[in-house]
This record gives sequence, C-alpha cells and structure tokens, in this order.
Amino acid sequence: MGNGQELIRNFSIIAHIDHGKSTLADRLLEYTGALSKREMTDQVLDQMDLERERGITIKAQAVRLNYRARDGLVYQLNLIDTPGHVDFNYEVSRSLAACEGALLVVDAVQGIEAQTLANAYLAAENDLVLIPVINKIDLPNAEPAAVIKELEEVLGLDASGAVLASAKLGTGVEEVLEQIVLHIPPPGGSESSPARALIFDSHYDPYKGVIAYVRVVDGCFRNGMGISVMSSGKDFEINEVGFFRPAMTPVDELRTGEVGFIAAGIKNLKDTRVGDTITAKGDTASEPLPGYRKATPMVYCGLYPVETGDYGNLQDALQKLQLNDASLIFEPETSIALGFGFRCGFLGLLHMEIVQERIEREYGLNMIITAPSVVYRVTTVHKEEFYIENPAKLPSAGSLEKTEEPFVSAVIMMPKEYIGSVMELCQERRGVFLNMEYLGENRVMITYEIPLSEIIYDFFDHLKSRTRGYASLDYELAGYREGRLVRLDIMVNGEPVDALTCIVHADKAYQRGRQLVEKLRSLMPRQLFDVPIQAAVGNKVIARETIKARRKDVLSKCYGGDITRKRKLLEKQKEGKKRMKQVGNVEIPQEAFMAVLSTTKKE
Amino acid sequence: MALGIYIHVPFCLGKCSYCDFVSYRWVHDKVDAYLEALAKETRMRSKELSGNNRQVESLYIGGGTPTCLKREEILFVVKNCSFHFDLLPGAEISLEANPGTVSMEKLEFLYSNGINRLSIGAQACQEWLLKLLGRKHSFEDVQDAVRSARKAGFKNISIDLIFGTPGQTTGDWNESLQRVIELAPEHISAYGLHLAAGTPLNERVSKGELEVLEEEIWLEMYEEAIEVLAAAGFEHYEISNFALPGRQCRHNLLYWRNLPYLGLGPAAFSYLNNRRFGNEKSLEKYIQKINEEKPAEAESETLPQRIRMAETVILGLRLLKGIDLNEFALRFGKRLEEVYPGQIDKFVRLKLIEYDGKNVRLTRKGLAVSNQVFVEFI
Repeated sequence: MGNGQELIRNFSIIAHIDHGKSTLADRLLEYTGALSKREMTDQVLDQMDLERERGITIKAQAVRLNYRARDGLVYQLNLIDTPGHVDFNYEVSRSLAACEGALLVVDAVQGIEAQTLANAYLAAENDLVLIPVINKIDLPNAEPAAVIKELEEVLGLDASGAVLASAKLGTGVEEVLEQIVLHIPPPGGSESSPARALIFDSHYDPYKGVIAYVRVVDGCFRNGMGISVMSSGKDFEINEVGFFRPAMTPVDELRTGEVGFIAAGIKNLKDTRVGDTITAKGDTASEPLPGYRKATPMVYCGLYPVETGDYGNLQDALQKLQLNDASLIFEPETSIALGFGFRCGFLGLLHMEIVQERIEREYGLNMIITAPSVVYRVTTVHKEEFYIENPAKLPSAGSLEKTEEPFVSAVIMMPKEYIGSVMELCQERRGVFLNMEYLGENRVMITYEIPLSEIIYDFFDHLKSRTRGYASLDYELAGYREGRLVRLDIMVNGEPVDALTCIVHADKAYQRGRQLVEKLRSLMPRQLFDVPIQAAVGNKVIARETIKARRKDVLSKCYGGDITRKRKLLEKQKEGKKRMKQVGNVEIPQEAFMAVLSTTKKE
Repeated sequence: MALGIYIHVPFCLGKCSYCDFVSYRWVHDKVDAYLEALAKETRMRSKELSGNNRQVESLYIGGGTPTCLKREEILFVVKNCSFHFDLLPGAEISLEANPGTVSMEKLEFLYSNGINRLSIGAQACQEWLLKLLGRKHSFEDVQDAVRSARKAGFKNISIDLIFGTPGQTTGDWNESLQRVIELAPEHISAYGLHLAAGTPLNERVSKGELEVLEEEIWLEMYEEAIEVLAAAGFEHYEISNFALPGRQCRHNLLYWRNLPYLGLGPAAFSYLNNRRFGNEKSLEKYIQKINEEKPAEAESETLPQRIRMAETVILGLRLLKGIDLNEFALRFGKRLEEVYPGQIDKFVRLKLIEYDGKNVRLTRKGLAVSNQVFVEFI
C-alpha cells in the first residue's frame, strides 16, 4: 500500500425507498464542493428523467468526492449510488462489490422497512462496514432512539454511534463524512500486482463507445494501455480513463483502489459484461475477480412493435438498454396475434415498467406489452423438464406429469393493527405462513411463502391499500413448488389470441376467466359486428361476454364546405385505430393486452 | 364547369345551444363593415376567375342567420354576386331563414328579387325541445314562416329538423316529422344531433345534467325518419336529406360530388383548382385582411390526387345513389376498385356497401355507421 491508497474510501448508500438516500447523496456532493450550490439540481445522481420523476434511483452511479477531514488530510471518497427498490437488488449487489463500506440510511419516523433489511443483509454478505444514519430527524414525529433500538435488535448492529441527520436541512453531513473516513477501511489490493479491475456498470456513449464503470482492484490502468476483457478474451486499447465528478473527468491513470471509468473504443455491447474482469492485455495468469450473483429475471412479458416495420428499431433499443442494464434479457419470439417481437425478462414489475417507458421515451417506439408472467417449470410424461416463459407455450395438460411455479419468500413489515388483514391477503394469494416477529412494540414482520405469480398480480397495490401505505415488502426466490396450474386461453371472435393466454391456479380459473372477459369487453371498442370474447380451459369455455356491434357512427351535417375539417376528424379516428392491433377481423387496443394484470377491482 | 358560391353571414339574434358555427350577436354597426368587406372580397375573387369560370349555378346564403339582416342588405349580398359573377338563368338561390326573422313583406321582397329557395330551421315542434336547443322561436313561428313563404311565392322550401336531442322520445320525433310533413315542404333535412365540444349543450351533458340518447333509440329515430318521409313521397337522397322529385338541393350536391365552389365571408371555405382554403374565422380579422386588399384566407391546402380521391369517396358515399364508377374513372384516370380493392371487398362482405359494377353505395346499415366506412378510405 502506498501513494495515497490509504486515503481512498469506497462506499455506497443503501436505504428503503423514500428514506432520503438521494437527498443525502446530494448533500455530500454539495458539502465536498463536487458541485456548487448553483449547479445542484435536486438529486444530481438521479440523472435519468425517469428517476427524477419517480423519485427513485434505477442506475448505479459513481461519483468522486474530495474531503478534507478533521485530521487535516484530503481523502478521496468514491460514492456509488444504489437503487432502493426490491426489483433492483441485483444492481445493489453489484455496487456493493465495489465498496468497503455502506451508509445504511433509515427514516427516523418510519424505522426499518423491508428493503432496509434486505439491503443490510446484502451488505453483510459482501463484508461491508455499515454506518447507520438516522435521517429526517427534523420531522416532528421523529423517534431516533426507537430506530436505533430497532437497528440493534433486528439487525444486531452496534448503532450507538449512528449519525443523526437531516439530509433535507444538511444536519449531520459532516459527521457522516467523518465516520466514512474513520470507520470504512481503505481499499486493499496491490499497486505492484498485475492490473485487474471489476466492471460494475457501463453505459454506451455514441462517440466513445462503451464506457465501463470500474473499480481498480490491483495495479493501475492508464491511457494507451492494452487491455483484455477476461471472459471473452477480447483485446482493446484504452482511449480514456477518468472519474465522475459527476461529470466525466479524464485523468492519466486509475490506480489501485480507485473508482472511475475506462473507455476503450468498445463498440459491441456484448464485449463487456457487467461483473467481468479487465486485465492488462495478454495477461492470462490472473484470477478473474469474483463476479456477482447473476440476476435472474423473475418476470417475463412480450414486447411487440405496433408498427411491424419497427421491429429492427425495437431490437436496437433493447440492445442499447441492455448495455446499461445487465439484468434485462430478451430473445425474439413470434405471436400469431402480434407478429414478430421479443420475449423479455425483468427483475420485477417496476423494472418492466421502467424499461417499457424508456423504450417509448428515449426511442420513440410505440409498443404492445403483453401481461407479465413468471417462469413455470414443467415435466412431461416423458420426464423431460423445461421452463415456460410464455404462457401460450404451456403444453396441453395430458402431456404433462407435473407443473411447478416459483415461490418467493416474502417479508412484510407493518404496524401491528394490520396483521389480520395482511395475513388474510397472503392466504387469499395461496401464501404459506412461515414466521412472525415483533419489531419493538408496535411493528410486526411476517414471512410467507407466496407464488410469485400472485405477487406480480397487483399484490403490492392490495397490500398498500389494506395497510394505508404503511406496509413494506421484500422478497426473494424460494424455489419451485408443484401446483395445480392450468392454461387459460382467451378467444376473441372465435380465434384464440395467444398474447392473452395466462397460466392460473385451477381453483381460480373460473374467477379469473370471468374477470378477464369482462375487462376485455370494457376495454375493446365496438366493432362493426358482434364480437364474442371467451375464456377457455382446455376445450371448455368457462366465461363469455359479447361486445355488441357498433351501429351508429355518423356525422350528419357537413358544414358549409369545410370538408377539410371532416377529413381531419376521420384522420384522427384513423390514428386511434392505428394504435390497435388487428387480430383476425378484430381491432384490439394496446391496453387490452395488459388487462390480464389488473382485473381485480381496487379495494 | 359552373361554380357554386357560398356566402357566410356570421350574425345571429342569439346562439343556439348546440351550434359551433361562426356567428356573432347581431349588432348593426358590425353589419355595415361586414357587407363592405364582403363586397370587396367578392370583387377580388371574381377578378381571379375569368370568363366561363365566373358562371354560377347556385348561390347559397347561410350562416349564422342571414335573415337577421334587413331585406335590402340581403338583396345587396345577392346583387353584389350577380354583378361580379355570371349567375346562370335558373340558378338555385338559397337563403337560410330562421322563423321569427321573416315577415311576409320581407319574404315577398326577397322572392321578387330572385331568391328562389328557402331553408327554414324548425328543428322540433315541442316547445321544451326548442328551448333546450336554444332556439328563439316557437313552432307556430315555423308554421307562420312557411305559410308566408308560400304566399310570397316560394315554390322550393326546405325545413331542417334535429333528432337525438337528450330527453327526446321516439314519440316526440314522430310528432315533429308529421307536423313538418303537414307543412308540405319540398325538402327536409333530418340531422342527428352532434354534440360539439364547447357548446352549452355539450357542457350540460359533460356535467351530467343531460343524458346522451342511447344508440338504439337514435337509430330508431333515424329509421323512423327514413320510413315516414318515404311514405310521404320524400326521396332519401343523402344521409340526412330528403326531397320531393327534382327538389334535391343543388348547392349541397356540389359538395357531395366534390365539385368546385367559392366561399365568401368569414369562416367560409372554397374549393377551386384542387385547392381548399378557408377564410379567417374571426369577423374582425376577416374585415382587416380584406381592407388591406389581401385574401382573407387563414388556411389553405392543395390536395394531392390521393386525398382528392379519398374525399370524392367519402363525400360521394353520403349520397344514396352512391358514386358513379365511370365518372370516378374519368376524373382520376383510375378505377375506384383498383384504388381501394381491400375496402370494397371488406365492406361488401360486412354488407355496409353495395357494389354493382356501375355504382358503389352505402347500404341502409352502412349509412348509420358511415364514419367507420369512410375512415378506411382516408
């Protein structure tokens, strides 16, 4: 160790959503002068428009701060921001692998929530030093003492030294910085060993190619140096190294323990996988760094361009997004109803929504999204086992020996008065009770094993409404369990529409079929003929609705020669039709394909 | 080919609750400035056209309420046109008239000065419906207007009716039809109410004060009009129009056959040399532009053949006799069946249009959902 390596601190901030992580990050930037007050827009690290609008962090960001500590030395602090939502645990684990410590931010009013716990466990798995920060102490009903007690009891942390802060007002910011310097160890690694760096994120720059976000573990990377990406064995030459201020700031070299970026004219998105190791060119001797727990997509849906001609553009958009988002996976698929598109895998529903919005916003593509589905595992009578990511591909019941679905272990925290109602919800959703634990006097944590398909089926909405928003939820995959699952087909005008097929539990098939046809009837415009909508299991129709034919659509009067206006009205009407998909003779609007997801009435 | 001229008179005594046309409350000093500008515009437009192109076969004075002008002012509008254009012998000269604004003397004066067709807005015969529609007259006023017009000599009278008003029953509608038939007009227009955005009637519907009529009842009323009027000898010749033999509105036929017309006055539209243009909608701007010796146009588009063909179809299909396929082929150098093969097949299959090799026309079922048909030709 030497050359200032002992003055480096690499850390993350982890928190439950809305506990003030991004605001604290902003304060740290402001305090250390990384940005002047004038440059500060709220939540600087949340660069994507979407992040700012939704008040959440999606992408990990990395920024370097210079801090003159009370000991008189100037430290290089590398802050790696992390997402807070359950969907993005994978991103969190990537960020944490590049750090030695983390600030655990907890809201002084709300206390520990489900993602506080999940993130703290992740940090512990990565052997990080945790610094508790009790945030929002300026709120009138803040109870920092109770939160400290919770941290000690639930997480077994020594929280006596927790920083009491109000990121909003800037209280406690210096104390946070001091604790980082004092308690988080400097990075290990050896300046003299062969160079190795861990890619923990990347983005695509149209001029520079792939920008890999790296943590240098050993040695040093400098401009002009030849490098190899270990898993692919491909060689490149570094054009630029630097760090984030948060603007990209080039430097001559990145040294052991430092966090920054490497640009090496890498054009192909697939040549740098996040989690991969970069070494000096031709270095085959070094060990690859431990990668990450690979993100497993939990939810799949079909993405189809509304305009057939946009297929290539959609593929392009997905490839570009994938570079920034290693957890997004996709492969081409064909639907009888929707034509050519992609089956995409996501970490969860929020992730899915975000990808969808980004494609629409950043690439201006109009898409049809089919209802999300989990991945089922089936075993045929011939003992062949395979996974079903698209419900329409589920073979007929006769050829299957067993069908299994993924269960998650779900941790729900809530004030105790809601236990009854929440347990009832879990029960309705085929949950299996595992555990209940009191967190202090008023709050309870319960653990259930619940089919993931039930979770993605508006579980969170119901949970929130039953607990007036006071419950928090986190879950992780618990494994596959056998279930009596059936394929529910939807027929529109007598034709099965594969994109509307879903897999449901046999006991719920009737109810779901009923809800679904009713919902579709309300969503679909009347056509020029009666259109029956049926739900069927196997060959048996279990529910039916009819959309009565449209019998009136006429403009009586053609005003004084203003035919242009009339034509424009018709053009508008035609535009509306364009957003629908022609399936057989019937036009189905985009939102109908998502109907499967929201058939339950909101409570 | 002879032209049709439309003149927009943008004044009314008060606005009807369903109307989204351009009109201003009648104030005398505005009228003078309007007439002056109209005269200038007429002159300017006539200069652009030469010889045969100035021949006019129909003049239609609409609004607004043209009859809220004084009789001399109406005459001025007509004379001004016949001075700058070549009004052909036997040309149709129509005037929109609102009951309550037409005295016997006024009508006699207008008839003796060449106006030969009157279009009277009756809309309904029930007082409560007239009130709901914001009409400023009673049904007796309608009866008086028709009787006076007859006495004045008018041999071509049209009456407008509206059906599908919130709260209206099929019984109400039938009564209106019968009582209008009793007045023995030559022509009847039966318009389904269109709730236009921004109109007071539409506001009341949006607020939930009034309930839109169910489609089924609307359709029943439409069918009723077709049956009842046919029984009384009126030929159904356009989606909303019915006439005794030889009494179809020649001016409107120009629109439906997508032939050229010139519009004068604020908000008036013209279609000349494949160009459609519309005047400034605001009276003030219209007057200002004309006084600066500029065309009063606010919008203009030159229509490519693709759009001209589409418009010819969507207008021509409004006529019960449909589109003459030979005429279409001569006009565009392409057969309609070649241009729209899929559409013809589809709608014939759905029984919304009929095709016999000579004409394409909407079926009875097709008339009521005509927008659904038109949209596929756009």
